[in-house]
Amino acid sequence: MKLIILNDYDQASEWAAKYIRNKILQFSPGPNKYFTLGLPTGSTPLGCYKKLIEYYKNGDLSFQYVKTFNMDEYVGLPRDHPESYHSFMWNNFFKHIDIKAENTHILDGNAADLQAECDSFEKKITAAGGIQLFVGGIGPDGHIAFNEPGSSLVSRTRVKTLAKDTIMANARFFDGDLSKVPTMALTVGVGTVMDAKEVMILITGAHKAFALYKAIEEGVNHMWTVSAFQQHPQTIFVCDEDATLELRVKTVKYFKGMMHVHNKLVESPPSEPKKN
Amino acid sequence: MPSNKSVSDAPITQFINCRILRDNELQREDLWVREGRILDPEKLFFDEQGYADKRVDCGGSIIAPGFIDVQINGGYGIDFSQASEDVSDGVSFVAKKILEHGVTSFCPTLVTSPPEVYHKVLPQVKVHDGGPHGAGVLGFHLEGPFISAEKKGAHPEKYLRTFKSGGLEHLMEVYGSLDDVAIVTLAPELPGSQSVVRELSQRGITVSLGHSAADLSQAEEAVQQGASFITHLFNAMLPFHHRDPGIVGLLTSDRIPAGRAVYYGMIADGIHTNPAALRIAHRAHPSGLVLVTDAITAMGLPPGRHTLGQQVIEIQGLHAYVAGTKTLSGSIATMDMCVRHFKQASGCSVQEALEAASLHPAQLLGISPKKGKLDYGSDADLVLLDEGLNVKATYISGEEVWRKGQ
Repeated sequence: MKLIILNDYDQASEWAAKYIRNKILQFSPGPNKYFTLGLPTGSTPLGCYKKLIEYYKNGDLSFQYVKTFNMDEYVGLPRDHPESYHSFMWNNFFKHIDIKAENTHILDGNAADLQAECDSFEKKITAAGGIQLFVGGIGPDGHIAFNEPGSSLVSRTRVKTLAKDTIMANARFFDGDLSKVPTMALTVGVGTVMDAKEVMILITGAHKAFALYKAIEEGVNHMWTVSAFQQHPQTIFVCDEDATLELRVKTVKYFKGMMHVHNKLVESPPSEPKKN
Repeated sequence: MPSNKSVSDAPITQFINCRILRDNELQREDLWVREGRILDPEKLFFDEQGYADKRVDCGGSIIAPGFIDVQINGGYGIDFSQASEDVSDGVSFVAKKILEHGVTSFCPTLVTSPPEVYHKVLPQVKVHDGGPHGAGVLGFHLEGPFISAEKKGAHPEKYLRTFKSGGLEHLMEVYGSLDDVAIVTLAPELPGSQSVVRELSQRGITVSLGHSAADLSQAEEAVQQGASFITHLFNAMLPFHHRDPGIVGLLTSDRIPAGRAVYYGMIADGIHTNPAALRIAHRAHPSGLVLVTDAITAMGLPPGRHTLGQQVIEIQGLHAYVAGTKTLSGSIATMDMCVRHFKQASGCSVQEALEAASLHPAQLLGISPKKGKLDYGSDADLVLLDEGLNVKATYISGEEVWRKGQ
C-alpha cells in the first residue's frame, strides 16, 4: 500500500483530488473509453469533491467521459430526502460538474426487489469494464461502504443491516434522532471493491485513528473490513496527521519519508492549450 | 450538451451565476425553468437524465419572485377609476410599463366611485395571466365606497356609502359584479359590516380594513369575520393610542384566530410614513408587511396637475396632493423604489425587503406558492436585480418580458 500522510484535512482532500484528477487525465477518456470511478459519501470526501469541482470550473478536468458508481444508498429513504445519498451526490458533486446523468450509478434503495437491484448493479459495473479507481472512506468501526464488522471479505453488492456504531455515527445527519436513521442499506461488497484496478481510501480525523491502525497494522480480519485491502495490489490510503495517532511511529516515519516520491503522483500535468 | 428527451420535450432554461431567494434566504443556486414553472433539477437529473437546453448567465444578479402590487390606482396618465370605453387598454398599458419595476402581477385599484363607474369598469377587465404583454391581473382592489367619512383621505365624500340592510346584496348593487375582484377595502365600524366581511371572505375575496375610524375591538371583530389585510397602515385610520391602538393594534393583537394572519400594506415611499413608524410596524410584525405603491395616474409622469377618480391632484416633486390642499392623494413611487426605500429605512435584510414585495402579497391573496416563491412548481415570474436592488430584467412564466437597456 501507499500511505500518504498530509498535515490536515484540507491538504489531504487536495492531495486526493489531485490524484483522481491526474488518473483521469492520464487515462485520456473519450466517447469509446470511459473512466470508471467508484465514489463514497459522508463528511470525509466533501473537501475532495470541492476540489474536483474547482478543477472542473478551472477547465482543468472534465467528467464528460467519466462513469461513476456510488458505494451505497439507504434502504427505504425517499430518493429526494435531503439525507439520501442521491441528494448528497447531486448537491455536493453532480450539479456542479459536467457529468451526464446516464453515466452516474447509485443503488436504488426503493427498488421493489432489493437483491435484484444489487445484482443489476454488479452487472452494470462489469458492463462498464470494471472500476478503474474506487474511492472510499472508513467507518469508526473499520468498515468500507456498509460492510459492517462480520461482513464477508469476498462479499458482493447486497442488502445489509447497519451496525449500532454506524447508526450512531449517522444520527448527526438526522437531527441527532436515532429513530430517524435508516436501519438497512444497499452496499457494494468488499469483493466488489477489491475487483477495482486501484483503491483509494480517505481517512481523516482522530476518531478514525483506531480504525486505521486496525486496518493496516493488524491482520486481515472481517471485523475490520478495510483490512481486506492489504491483499489488493494497488491500495492507497490518504490521511491527515490526526488519523495516524494510533499508528506506530515507525510506520508513520517510513511513509512520511516517501512523500517526496509520492508527491510526484499529484504534480500538475504539463499544461496544454485550453480547448474551447 | 445534448438536449434531453424526457417526460416533456419542452425546452429547459438554467439560470446560472445568480443568487436566488428561496427558503427565506439568498442561496447561491442555479434556477431551472420548464414550461413556465420552476423545475427541480435533481429530479430532472435522476428521473429524466435531462439537461438544460439553454443557459442564462445572470452575471451575479439576485433572482427574486416577481413583485406583486396589490394597490395601484393607475399610472402613466392612466386612471383606472375613470369610466372610459377602453379601460382594458388602460390597464394593459400600465401592466406593460410596470414590468420595468419588477412587478409581474397586480391588483388594479379603484378608489371610491359612483355605481356607474363600477358597472362600466369592472366587466372590462378579467383576471388574467401576465406575459410579454404585461404583468398579470389578479383581480380588482375596490377601495371604497364603504369607508368612513372621517377618514376619507382623497376619496370624494359624495360617493361614500354605508351598508344598507341586506349587506352583500347592496354591495352587489353598487359594484355590479364581484367576479374579478380580489380585494375590498372597507371600514368595519359601519353598521352591518360584519355580515359583509363574512360573506366576502367566504367568497374568497380578501377583505381589508382601511379609511376607517374603527377602534381595536371593531377591527378585531372584523378579523374574526375574515378580514385579513390593512390598507396602507397608519394612513386614513386612527393614530395609535396606548389605550386603544385602533387598527394599528392588529399587528400585535392576541385575538387573531389560530392559523390566520393579518397582513398590512405600507407605502414605503418615504412620504406617506415616517421611517421611524415604518420601523415600528416592521419590528412589531415583520411577516405581515406588504409593500404597496398606491401609485396614482401621475406615476411615471412629469410634475403638474392630473385626475384621480373624480378629483384633481397636483404633483410636487415626489409628493402628490389633492389640488389646493396638503392631503396626500397617493404616491408616485414605483415598486422597486419602495423595496429599496424599505430596506434602507428599516435596515432589514435583502431577503426581507424582497419578501415584502413578493411572498407576503402572495400569501395575503392565497396564491402562494404558485406566486411569490421560487419553489419547485412555482410560476417562473422572476425579477433579476443588482446588489442595489435595481431591476435588471423581468420574466413571466420563464420568458423574458423586460430587460434594462432595451
